[in-house]
Amino acid sequence: MKKKDLILILVLVLISVAGLAAAGFLQKDEGAAVVVTVDRQEYGRYPLSEDRTIEVSDEAGRNVIVIKNGQVDVTEADCPDKICVDHAIIRYDHETIVCLPHKLVVEIVGGDTSDVDVTTR
Amino acid sequence: MTKKLTVSALLVALAMILSYLETLIPFNFGLPGVKLGLANLVVVCALYLLDTRSAFLISMVRILLIAFTFGSLAALLYSLAGGLISFAVMALLRRNEGFSVIGVSVAGGVTHNIGQLLAAVLIVENLNLFFYVPVLIIAGLITGLLIGIISKYVIPPVKKAVRQM
Repeated sequence: MKKKDLILILVLVLISVAGLAAAGFLQKDEGAAVVVTVDRQEYGRYPLSEDRTIEVSDEAGRNVIVIKNGQVDVTEADCPDKICVDHAIIRYDHETIVCLPHKLVVEIVGGDTSDVDVTTR
Repeated sequence: MTKKLTVSALLVALAMILSYLETLIPFNFGLPGVKLGLANLVVVCALYLLDTRSAFLISMVRILLIAFTFGSLAALLYSLAGGLISFAVMALLRRNEGFSVIGVSVAGGVTHNIGQLLAAVLIVENLNLFFYVPVLIIAGLITGLLIGIISKYVIPPVKKAVRQM
């Protein structure tokens, strides 16, 4: 083993460590997101980690979606059945809350997987 | 000339047997696309036993033969991409006195993986594959190191035997 061999190996190790760190950093930035879809069109995409209140209102109706502590809930709606409001909070990957009268779908993408429920695709 | 041809033929045969051995005993690193690449041992040795041109021919012939015998068309494309790039880099470093067999083999292992990844990126047209580069560098480093260490001990006696042929 010569000196240049060692330098080559060292440089390669450094490149890959830097690459792994960069990849980890980039992927962390994305994180889990809450996707709101109205009538099959994506209405908005919000990070699950940030608390916020989203009001979706159009001619079909009005819904208020609350993201808090990594959980999503529909708190208000002017639909007749209020199934979306009564729906339990969601927090895991692929979980959804649907408001059929308003054609509204709230889904979590890229989140943690639930220990209990599994979604098959 | 006859001697060179005989040695080349022996090395191609050896590369094929080593590839066959690898299909029998998979050295699984738990990573897709990562394997030991025992056939590369032959190419590294050829670079030190014969001239660059013969070594190149050995590398190309073994890639074609191995792909047609054990692999598929896709496998052929990937091995060609990896084989060409790694051969170019190894032949270059071989001429540099500062590097030993181990350095040459490590560079070959890493660039072989990079070449395969480039081919994969062109074929599936997905740039996200580049996230896999660091893993492939580490894998190529380890396999190249192993092949290099084996070569270091294999080349001198084989060289002596070839001279006495």
